[in-house]
Amino acid sequence: MPGAIYAEGLVKNFGDVRALDGVDLDVPEGTVLGLLGPNGAGKTTSVRVLTTLLQADSGYAEVAGIDVAKHPNEVRRSIGLSGQFAAVDEYLTGRENLQMVGQLYQMPKAAAKQRAGELLEQFNLADAADRPAKTYSGGMRRRLDLAAALIVKPPVMFMDEPTTGLDPRNRQALWEVIQDLVKGGTTLLLTTQYLEEADHLAHDICVIDHGRVIARGTADQLKAQTGGERVEVVVHQRDQIESARDVLAVLGKGEVAVDDHTRKLTVPVLGGAKLLADVIRDLDERGVEIDDIGLRRPTLDDVFISLTGHEAEVSEPEDEAAAAAAAGKKETAK
Amino acid sequence: MSAPTTQAPTLAPAPRGGISGSIRDSLVVGKRNLIRMTRIPEMVIFGLIQPIMFVVLFTYVFGGSINIPGAPEGSAAAYKEFLMAGIFAQTVTFATAGAGAGIADDMHKGLIDRFRSLPMARGAVLTGRTLADLVQTAVTLAVLALVALLVGWRTHENIGKVLAGFGLLLLLGYAFTWIGALIGLSVRTPEAATSGGLIWLFPLTFISNAFVPVNGMPTFLQHVAEWNPFSATVAAARELFGNTIDGVPKSVTGAWPMEHPILASVIWSVLIIVVFRTLAVRKYRNATA
Ligand SMILES: Nc1ncnc2c1ncn2[C@@H]1O[C@H](COP(=O)(O)OP(=O)(O)OP(=O)(O)O)[C@@H](O)[C@H]1O
Ligand SMILES: [Mg+2]
Repeated sequence: MPGAIYAEGLVKNFGDVRALDGVDLDVPEGTVLGLLGPNGAGKTTSVRVLTTLLQADSGYAEVAGIDVAKHPNEVRRSIGLSGQFAAVDEYLTGRENLQMVGQLYQMPKAAAKQRAGELLEQFNLADAADRPAKTYSGGMRRRLDLAAALIVKPPVMFMDEPTTGLDPRNRQALWEVIQDLVKGGTTLLLTTQYLEEADHLAHDICVIDHGRVIARGTADQLKAQTGGERVEVVVHQRDQIESARDVLAVLGKGEVAVDDHTRKLTVPVLGGAKLLADVIRDLDERGVEIDDIGLRRPTLDDVFISLTGHEAEVSEPEDEAAAAAAAGKKETAK
Repeated sequence: MSAPTTQAPTLAPAPRGGISGSIRDSLVVGKRNLIRMTRIPEMVIFGLIQPIMFVVLFTYVFGGSINIPGAPEGSAAAYKEFLMAGIFAQTVTFATAGAGAGIADDMHKGLIDRFRSLPMARGAVLTGRTLADLVQTAVTLAVLALVALLVGWRTHENIGKVLAGFGLLLLLGYAFTWIGALIGLSVRTPEAATSGGLIWLFPLTFISNAFVPVNGMPTFLQHVAEWNPFSATVAAARELFGNTIDGVPKSVTGAWPMEHPILASVIWSVLIIVVFRTLAVRKYRNATA
C-alpha cells in the first residue's frame, strides 16, 4: 500500500530548467521524511506539486490516498503547509491571521478563534498576538506561519525549511512540536538545510539533486554507505607523525591519511571505543604526544558532501550560530 | 513554544461547497481586506484626494469656460451638474488599480500560495478582494458626492432614482475591480499592477461622454465614445440624477447604448464581471508567484 505521501516519476519543467526529473517518494503514514538537497535541487518544487500549488508535467502523486492532480480540493483538506517563505498578512495581527486561516479551513468562527489562541501560546507568540505581523521579527513571522499550517492538525504536513531563521531555542521547541505531532500519527515531509535536524527528526531521508533522488534510506544507512568510523589523531610535533602513522597502520583498517600542515592523521577503523583505547595506549608507548584524538562517525554532512559534491548551503546569515553548532557536533568524541 | 498535548490529526471539515460556501469564504477574505484598509488609511485618503481635486478644478477652472455645442447660452451651472456623473464614474473605475495592486502584493508575499493550499472556495480570494474594494469605492463616492454638493451640484430627480444612479456607478466600479484582479494576477509587482491598472483608464474615460458631450468630437471618436461601456454608465447616472443638458441630444450616432443608457450600463457591467471573473479565477488557479 502506498504511503500517506506517494509520488512516482514527477517531472516539472520551468522553460529550459528541469526542476523535477522523475522524483519518486513514498512516506509511510505516521513517519517523517527529510528531503535534503542543495539549493535549486527541486525541494520546494516537489513540495509545491504535492500541495496542489503546481501541476507536474508528468508523473503521479497522491497525498492521504487522494490523487493530487485529480482532486486537489480533497487533498487540501488533509494537509498543512508551511512554505519556504513565511506567508502571513503583515497588516493583520497574529491572532487575526490564524483565525482567518482557520476559517478558510472551514472551521466555525468560534473554533478558529479558540485554536488561534492555543497556537499563539504554543508558539510563544501570545505577547505579540494582537500586534500587526508587520512588527514581528523574521523568526516570529516564521513561527506564525508554522502555526497557520497546524491550525486543523491535518494528517499530512509539509514544511519547507521550517527552522530557517529560528533561534536555537525556538528551533528546539519546534522539534518538540513536530515530534509530538508525529506521535499523534501525523505524516510529515520536511525539507531542511540543517542535516542535524534531519538526523534528529526524520525516519527516512531522501537526497535530491538536479531534480532526481540520488539516495534514500535511514540516516544510519546513508552514513554507513558513506563510510564507517574513523579515528582522527592530531599529534603535538611534526616529527612524531611517522610513529603515529605506524601505530594507526597496524590498528586501522585501511590507508592512513596524513595532513602535514595540521599534523592530523585519519584512518578507517572497526571496533569503536575499545579500539580508540588501544590506539591511545600504543601511541603512548611509542612516546607520541597527542593534542587531540577522536572517533569520528560520518555525519549527514559527510553524506551530503560525498553525494552532491558540495556542502549544504545555509541561506540565511542570521543562522551562522546554528550552522556553527551543527558543525561543532561533527566530532562525536574528543 | 510549549509542549503541546498529543492529539490525533483531524481532517479539515468538508468545504460547504456551492454558493453558500463561496459567499462565506469570500466574506472571510473580504473582512481581511477591509481590516487591512483600516490599517493603511493613507491608501483610502490618497484615493480621495485625486477625485476631490477633479471636482473642484473642473468646477472652478473649466466650469465657466467649457462651451457645450447645442446647449443654450449661459449653461455654466448646467455644465457643473453635467460633469459630476463623469467624475464619479471615472473615480469608481480607479478602483481597478487598487484591486490589481492588492492582489499582486498578495502574490508577491506568498499569501496567494497560502490561500491556494487551503480547502476554500475557488473564487473567494478574488471575490473577497473585489467586495472590499466595493466598500472602499462606496465610501469614496459618498465623500465625493458631499464635496460635489458643496460646490453646487444638485440632483433633480427623486431619491430612488438618485440612489439607482449611485448603484449603477458602484456596479461599474465593481466590474472594473475584476479587470484589476486579472491584471494583478498577471504582473510581477504591485507597482506594475498600479500603472497597468491606470494607464488605459485615461483614454477610456476621456474618449467618452464623461467630461464633454460627444457632439463636439470627430465622427470616428463619436462612435467610439458612444459604444464605450464607460459612457453608458455616465449617461445612465446623468439621466437618473436629472443632470442632462437641454438641447444636447442623447446620442449623435444613434448608438443603442446611448438610447437606453440604464439598461446598457447594467448589461456592460454584468458582461465585464462575467468575462473578467472567469478569466481571473482561471488565472488564480494556475497562479505561480
Ligand atoms: N517559478 C519558477 N520559474 C522558473 N524556474 C523555477 C521556478 N521555480 C523553481 N524554478 C527552478 O527550479 C529549480 C528547483 O527549484 P526549487 O525551488 O525547487 O529548489 P530548492 O531545492 O527548493 O532550493 P533551495 O534550497 O534554494 O530552496 C531551480 O533551478 C529553480 O531556479
Ligand atoms: Mg526551496
